[in-house]
Amino acid sequence: MTERVTDELRELEKAIPQMMEIARRYKLDFYPMRFEICPSEIIYTFGAYGMPTRYTHWSFGKSYHRMKTQYDYNLSRIYEMVVNSDPCYAFLLEGNTLIQNKMVAAHVLAHCDFFKNNMYFSHTNPQDIIESMAVAAERFRKYEMIHGQKKVEAFIDDVMSIQEHIEPHRFIKEKESSKTTGKKEGCCSDEKKVTPYDDLWDLEKKQCCHCGGGCEKKKSTKVPERPEKDLLLFIMKHARDLEEWQLDIISTLRDEMLYFWPQMQTKIMNEGWATYWHLRIMREMDLTEAEAIEFAKMHAGVITPSRNSINPYCLGLKMFEDIEKRWDKEYGEGAGREKIFEIREIDNDISFLRSYLTKELVEELDLYLYRKIGHDWKIVEKNWEKVRDHLVNSMTNCGFPVIVVEDGDYQKRGELYLRHIYEDKELDIKYLEKTLVHVQRLWNRPVHLETKIDKKTALFSFDGEKGSKKFP
Amino acid sequence: MAVDYQFIISREDWSLHRKGEVDQHRHREKVREAIKKNLADIVSEESIILSDGRRVVKIPIRSLEQYRFRYDLRKQKHAGQGDGKSKVGDILGSDPVQGPGQGPGAGEEPGQDYYEADVTIDEIEQIVFEDLYLPNLDEKKNKKLASESVEFRDVRKYGIQSNIDRKRTILEVLKRNALRGKPGIHGITPEDLRYKTWEVVPKFESSAVVLAMMDTSGSMGPFEKYIARSFFFWMVRFLRTKYQNVEIVFLAHHTEAKEVTEEEFFTKGESGGTRCSSVYQLALDIIDSRYPKDDYNVYAFHFSDGDNLTSDNEKCIRLIDELLTKCSLVGYGEIEGPYYYTSTLNSYYKRITHSRFTSVTIRDKTGVYNALKAFFKKPEGGGMSG
Repeated sequence: MTERVTDELRELEKAIPQMMEIARRYKLDFYPMRFEICPSEIIYTFGAYGMPTRYTHWSFGKSYHRMKTQYDYNLSRIYEMVVNSDPCYAFLLEGNTLIQNKMVAAHVLAHCDFFKNNMYFSHTNPQDIIESMAVAAERFRKYEMIHGQKKVEAFIDDVMSIQEHIEPHRFIKEKESSKTTGKKEGCCSDEKKVTPYDDLWDLEKKQCCHCGGGCEKKKSTKVPERPEKDLLLFIMKHARDLEEWQLDIISTLRDEMLYFWPQMQTKIMNEGWATYWHLRIMREMDLTEAEAIEFAKMHAGVITPSRNSINPYCLGLKMFEDIEKRWDKEYGEGAGREKIFEIREIDNDISFLRSYLTKELVEELDLYLYRKIGHDWKIVEKNWEKVRDHLVNSMTNCGFPVIVVEDGDYQKRGELYLRHIYEDKELDIKYLEKTLVHVQRLWNRPVHLETKIDKKTALFSFDGEKGSKKFP
Repeated sequence: MAVDYQFIISREDWSLHRKGEVDQHRHREKVREAIKKNLADIVSEESIILSDGRRVVKIPIRSLEQYRFRYDLRKQKHAGQGDGKSKVGDILGSDPVQGPGQGPGAGEEPGQDYYEADVTIDEIEQIVFEDLYLPNLDEKKNKKLASESVEFRDVRKYGIQSNIDRKRTILEVLKRNALRGKPGIHGITPEDLRYKTWEVVPKFESSAVVLAMMDTSGSMGPFEKYIARSFFFWMVRFLRTKYQNVEIVFLAHHTEAKEVTEEEFFTKGESGGTRCSSVYQLALDIIDSRYPKDDYNVYAFHFSDGDNLTSDNEKCIRLIDELLTKCSLVGYGEIEGPYYYTSTLNSYYKRITHSRFTSVTIRDKTGVYNALKAFFKKPEGGGMSG
């Protein structure tokens, strides 16, 4: 370690408690912090895997390669990586200047505050996520030794193809009715009422024939009873030929997706919050003139808008500042700060944008919508409500199409019938066809997906050998 | 400093942490597999044929994408942010007429349906050549020295330090100590030392000559020429990489044939009518004067669009028959362009039944690799020398 580096580390060691002090005074509330200084390869490994201890897969190698190349060619640079864990791990890039490290430290304190306090993170397990991912990686390695790398890898490929199709907003609690209380499966079995509201549930039993549960006219045995959004869970429960190790892989990937989901749901808020706070904390630090200039440049780099996408750091920051200003103006000094703390606790990107993105801000930030016309990408919309609604809309289900299981025993042949909940946005057909191949491998029987093309219902099928498309 | 600000800064030794690299290695392997699967497309990829000696090329690889259900991005609106002066109708960027992924936000954005990998030409060559062989290669009298290789095949008591044969030395120690009644590895003496010694082993290879014949007449359009040149591009590289003693003779023809340099062969276009017999006659003359059968394995490959003077076709068959008496293999590739003639050369050649005559028809770019495979098929039951 060179002397300069050691000096800078010592400086950082002094600066961090100061920043924590400032952050605490502002009422930020974070977990104990672990700052690790790592070489770029390590940061990029963590960046690619989303985690320091994740399982092995070629696709992580692919993104690692891409990130590292961009770094090597100086195209982009991540200064830090922070993990939603308790204690909170923040990885700082070796070679960052002192001032870069200070800004990053301030930034991650706010991220950590967000992880700890935003309600969408309340079901993640920050205490043992790092450990449990490491243990899962170890189990996967064992599967590779038993079943061979290729087989395990191909299976992970299959599962990854539908890993976003989970239901994060539901506690998984088996509905007892169909299994344990199902001794009498008639349409109007007289189960004992447990609560005064049970009769409300009975409203669903539309065609009661007063048989007392003994009639032939069985309750619908359709599986699932209602469309099921959690494809991974459905496949875990109902696919017939999966082995124990395969179920473990599905369940692990599903758990990891549940852990990452809140981060995807709050990207704009989380980055906006961290940017808002690194600005304020840094302003209170004693910076030399040179440091202040370097910091200003870095900050400007972080919030540079993009013509082709929305920069979450920029939009999030501007929204928090705008809200604070408006609330202060209306309810008096201090009300704005209180308001943004409330928002960081109870909102996600969808509600954040829907409730707080104003006409003035859309115009000030010059937000617009564009689309492909001919060979050109053209701006087509500047109306603030349309822009806002588009943003909100594009974040529904974290931007993933909603696919539900309609029938797990389609045509009574054990086939899987999926349906795309069409909301005026067509699926990428090539991707759809290729993904069905993966789903078929998981289900091991023919699979179907219903969607719409040019407003017409279309049914795609794959039976293990060939695919087909019909307009029923 | 208050005590409750819990934090640690640490700096560990990460040098053993190679997860990213290990998975990147696996990714490279997948790229190789994908190249293998898509060889037919890749072989005729323009970025390679026209690479002008560049060592790294970008090639499109299908099947390395991670597929999932996603929206059709080309049919969606996207949001962006301007500099304060944007207005409806402004153009942010344009896609080229062909080729995906060039829109704004290239990379993860609209319509990229294959993954573009940086691959070295060496890497592709290795994969392409893996299954190609010069067929019917016979041992000839006139063998040439192809290479000298060094083989360790002797163990001696004297030699240089770096060539100590540890295993044999230890065995000697064990043997000596056992004889003295004190078994084990201890007390190595100079007598125990054993050295590996090498010998220079010369390798001989039969000589071969390949006659590359190409139709450069007016009817050969850009597509036909591209296909023929792609084939010869790979053929030349393949022969030079895998065989050290192969001569290549380049012959171009329209109504007349002439021997040309490699550069002319790959760059020059001609015009005029077609008389394929001219090139076959020239080939025969060259074989007779320069490449006696006893000394050389001779191969002749001819590419044409099949549009020949009708009166010349019978003569072609006669000359091919004659070539077959002198060649280990005669290959004919007919490129079926946009203009389809019912009376092509190939329909005449259907009458040739000789086992060492192979003909292929190429309809699109993927045909190039198929032609390579058809002509350079692995010999059945071995029989290769060199």
